[in-house]
Amino acid sequence: MNEFPLLTLVIWLPIVGGIVVLASGEKSPSISKWTALFFAVLTFLLSIGLWIGFDSNTAQMQFVERSAWIPTFNVEYYLGVDGISMPLIVLTTFITIFVIVAGWEVITYKPAQYMTAFLIMNGIMVGVFSALDGILFYVFWEAMLIPMFIIIGVWGGPNRVYATIKFFLYTFLGSVFMLVALIYMYFQSGSFSILDFQEMQLGITAQTLIFLAFLLAFAVKVPMFPVHTWLPDAHVEAPTGGSVILAAIMLKIGGYGFLRFSMPITPDASASLTWLIVALSLIAILYIGFVALVQQDMKKLIAYSSIAHMGFVTLGFFIVFTIAQNPALSSGSIMGIEGGMVQMISHGFISGALFLCVGVLYDRVHSREIADYGGVINTMPWYGAFVVFFAMANAGLPGTSGFVGEFMVILATFRADFWWAVLAAMTLILAAAFTLWMVKRVIFGEVKNDKVAALKDIDQRETFNLAVLAIAVLALGIWPAPLVNVMHTTVENLVVQVTTCKLPSSERSDCVLTHPEPIVAVPNN
Amino acid sequence: MENVYLTIVLAPLIGAIIAGFFGGKIGRRGAHSVTIVGVGVSAALSLWVLSQFIWHDQPVFNDTIYTWMVSDGIHFEVGFLVDKLTVLMMATVSFVSLMVHIYTIGYMADDEHNWPHGALTGRNSYQRFFSYISLFTFSMLMLVMSNNFMQLFFGWEAVGLVSYLLIGFWSTRETAIFANFKAFLVNRVGDFGFILGIAAVGMYFNSMDYVEVFARAPELANTEVALFGGTSLMTLICILLFVGAMGKSAQVPLHVWLPDSMEGPTPISALIHAATMVTAGVFMVARMSPLYELSETALSFILIIGSSTAFFMGLIGLVQNDIKRVVAYSTLSQLGYMVTALGASAYAAGIFHLMTHAFFKALLFLAAGSVIIALHHKQDISQMGGLRKYMPITWLTALFGSLALIGFPGFSGFFSKDAIIEAVGSSQIFGSGYATLLLTVGVLITALYSFRMYFLVFHGKERMDEHTKHHLHETSWVVTLPLVLLAIPSIFIGWYAVEPLLIDNWFASGNWNPIVVAHEHDTLHHLREHWHGQAAFVQHGITALPFFLAMTGLGLAIIIWWAVFRWNPKIDAQIQAAGGPVTQLLQDKYGFDDFNQRVLAGGSRDLGRMLWLTGDRTLIDGMIVNGSAWRVAHMAQWARRLQTGYLYDYAIAMIVGLIGLLTFFVMF
Repeated sequence: MNEFPLLTLVIWLPIVGGIVVLASGEKSPSISKWTALFFAVLTFLLSIGLWIGFDSNTAQMQFVERSAWIPTFNVEYYLGVDGISMPLIVLTTFITIFVIVAGWEVITYKPAQYMTAFLIMNGIMVGVFSALDGILFYVFWEAMLIPMFIIIGVWGGPNRVYATIKFFLYTFLGSVFMLVALIYMYFQSGSFSILDFQEMQLGITAQTLIFLAFLLAFAVKVPMFPVHTWLPDAHVEAPTGGSVILAAIMLKIGGYGFLRFSMPITPDASASLTWLIVALSLIAILYIGFVALVQQDMKKLIAYSSIAHMGFVTLGFFIVFTIAQNPALSSGSIMGIEGGMVQMISHGFISGALFLCVGVLYDRVHSREIADYGGVINTMPWYGAFVVFFAMANAGLPGTSGFVGEFMVILATFRADFWWAVLAAMTLILAAAFTLWMVKRVIFGEVKNDKVAALKDIDQRETFNLAVLAIAVLALGIWPAPLVNVMHTTVENLVVQVTTCKLPSSERSDCVLTHPEPIVAVPNN
Repeated sequence: MENVYLTIVLAPLIGAIIAGFFGGKIGRRGAHSVTIVGVGVSAALSLWVLSQFIWHDQPVFNDTIYTWMVSDGIHFEVGFLVDKLTVLMMATVSFVSLMVHIYTIGYMADDEHNWPHGALTGRNSYQRFFSYISLFTFSMLMLVMSNNFMQLFFGWEAVGLVSYLLIGFWSTRETAIFANFKAFLVNRVGDFGFILGIAAVGMYFNSMDYVEVFARAPELANTEVALFGGTSLMTLICILLFVGAMGKSAQVPLHVWLPDSMEGPTPISALIHAATMVTAGVFMVARMSPLYELSETALSFILIIGSSTAFFMGLIGLVQNDIKRVVAYSTLSQLGYMVTALGASAYAAGIFHLMTHAFFKALLFLAAGSVIIALHHKQDISQMGGLRKYMPITWLTALFGSLALIGFPGFSGFFSKDAIIEAVGSSQIFGSGYATLLLTVGVLITALYSFRMYFLVFHGKERMDEHTKHHLHETSWVVTLPLVLLAIPSIFIGWYAVEPLLIDNWFASGNWNPIVVAHEHDTLHHLREHWHGQAAFVQHGITALPFFLAMTGLGLAIIIWWAVFRWNPKIDAQIQAAGGPVTQLLQDKYGFDDFNQRVLAGGSRDLGRMLWLTGDRTLIDGMIVNGSAWRVAHMAQWARRLQTGYLYDYAIAMIVGLIGLLTFFVMF
């Protein structure tokens, strides 16, 4: 047990900060902005404490805080992080800073409330990543919808009402089934602790139903084909900051859910439904890749690109079941999961940066149409350089973070199945095609019209945002070892868990997983 | 030595960073000084290391610089393997790069004229150009010095990036940004195969390290994978890796990007698209010789692709009128020769030709660039002529370069090309007959297109307009000095290098031999057994068929474009017209571009549009999402009627419900 409630602080500090900013009112926008920035930076610094204090040699939950919340139903305020959730928390607090800075001069309508929404969002998302109690998780999960709903609904584009409702209904539909699954598991295990869920034995029917319930919730968030169509609409209507949070963090929550719930709780069902997830992932990579190619709207294009990249995440996660079932392979399953994790972090940087880039142009010209631009680099050379850099990262160029996850997942997928790897590797061509074609039309060429001719290059504030993200993309690309090392033990443990049969002894003979009998009890706090 | 090698790699990178980020502050002089110093340090140290390997038995260096990451037990590292194969590449790359850096001072001096008025990109374009070519040098050195597959891929893609940036350097030109996009995409098609090849290596060897993989390769020589009804693992790996080489080294059908890459400034055409980057594929296959030797199928594949490229691309060179495009098609053809050598397991000959070609082709490109400067950026050879008088240094060096290219006895290209043809001729594997035929006839083609261009540019009547003619003069020393310095190895390097490289297997040092050739594939043994020194080789060469073909080509070129051309300047057009459909086919470049543009690019867009409109818009959004929203609303309309507001209605509903539930519990 950790004495100092660091996680609680990282969750609640930004929420309290948000309330302070809200209370300060709209009278002095500059005070509320600086207050918001202060809380965002302070939260980030505190979350760095998580990284520093993190012991990467154990798979146990760390910074654990546990106390009763609703004793009647054994619901607890139970927090903790491992090597999977901790990097995602740091990513969340990190990205929030850029969102605050990006809204600085652009948001003129009720800036205090805008900042409040993002600060509260920050706290809630950290809560999602650190909750170890099913109900607590669910509360944070649903709470997340409210600020995002408001962000798109209040500061969004002309068609925002359609987009918000679509967004809300989609995600809400998914999560209702998750709640049913959580309650079912509570009745089975007598606890809402996620770690208890992971140790529970379940018949294959129950596992399959639970898996599908979770799948609906997480697939919507990721998003996976065919429940992805809310994302392009939400992105197009969301303000820049909303898009950044959506792409950089919220999508990751779906991926995180697979690792925390679906795979370890229902490994047998996951193994038998691997074909489904792999198929959906490959559709995301290929189908969405082609769809991205023909988008006319820059934000839609990047939104579709996000779906394709998240396809790599789910692919990397689920091939573990195929690899583990192949006795000829000694290893490979860890690389898939680690690759998917690295891809999530990297995509957080890159998609965040790309949406900020679109925001820069939108703030000046108020258009996201590719056709309205051309030759931007002639008037905005520094901006152009950043766009080309992030585009290359999006296309997975080695030396940038975009390469690391893709490379690992392709290497791991090759072990699972040659043809899957062939289809996945098509992303090398597709991602380059849709990203660089946009760059060619928007950035390069002759100055297309008077609006482009009148553009001013990025100011200090925008340069700061893009430069810091560029450094992050480059650093992770040149030296991913620190990130991989921090999650390594956790992933190793996870692989043991997801390859351990969870079927009750009566059904054990049907087990297809590597370890029919539980090997080691998962350490639990 | 680690520090020396690190300096060789990092010096150009530092130069690139300074010139790139602080170009505005340090000015033009600062930018070209800092990058030239960086690359100069690299070149000097590389040459020093080369001399150490030649004269002092320098031990092979194979070590990790840092661990990039460890996942699943596989160590992904950044490290160097410096043996004689590497050091030869390092010396070639850094030397040519240094020449190109110096040359660029002259070539890009007036670059502001290439930009539209007011474009901010034009402001520090000179500095940016230097930054890019230094960055390229860094990337290329990382590629050749790598000791593992992951870093190889890094270098592979990094040179692709810089190539992209440089082809599209004049980013306001529509043709340039089309060409660089095309180049990147076509290379990505190659990389698609390449990364799968690396994944296959990772799966079966559990390692990325060259030495480990090569050591274990023989064990896996007979491994089969369950694909296409059973394929040899080595064939799979080798062909997948070679697909990468086909992209980078522009082999048919992935060659289409290279002619278009001529949209970039000429110095980079010389450096990237002739001397170094495009030869990365050749280097890679030679480096992987321990793997390729285990798959005869892959070797046959390489043989056929390479020789087809060598012959058919050379033919296109005959009908080109843009001076750079003639040289570009010549480069494609020569790359084909190198690749064919690899297919015949004559890796040493491939690398030898790579080196001689790097010098004489860089020379030819830079000479072409010199002509282009003198003619104020006109590139049409039908509008040139008689430049010999005005540009004596350019003329002479270009003549030497052309003679080296056609393999005139004694010149560097003679040794390397003859060795390749001889090796391919004595190869026994499938496809070697076809390859020998194409390469041999290719010699005639090479002589024809080379001297067609030479005579049209330097001899005959001056056909440029009066204004241009009036201003004609030799280019400045920064341009001519690299020409002279490249002409020297173009003439002599073959004579000096042929014996160690091909006969004495100089590449082996100690117990490490980077170029592994299986006994039954040893196509250079004939050459080795009958070796009586360079002079005898030349003597033997001038009695062989390739020599007669080269001389026939040269003779025909003299007759047509020198003798006949004097009284009939329309002869070139007349020959082309006489060619009829053949000329048309060549001018259409066999239709590759049309096919790619219409079927692949157009098809992808159509497919994307179809998927988007029918899949996302109509099916998912239209029918399911909005459809269910509509259905919910519809249902709600109907359900609303249930809520009448009358108590007895509700009471009846409750009773019916209760009865229903009770029945259920009683019955079950």
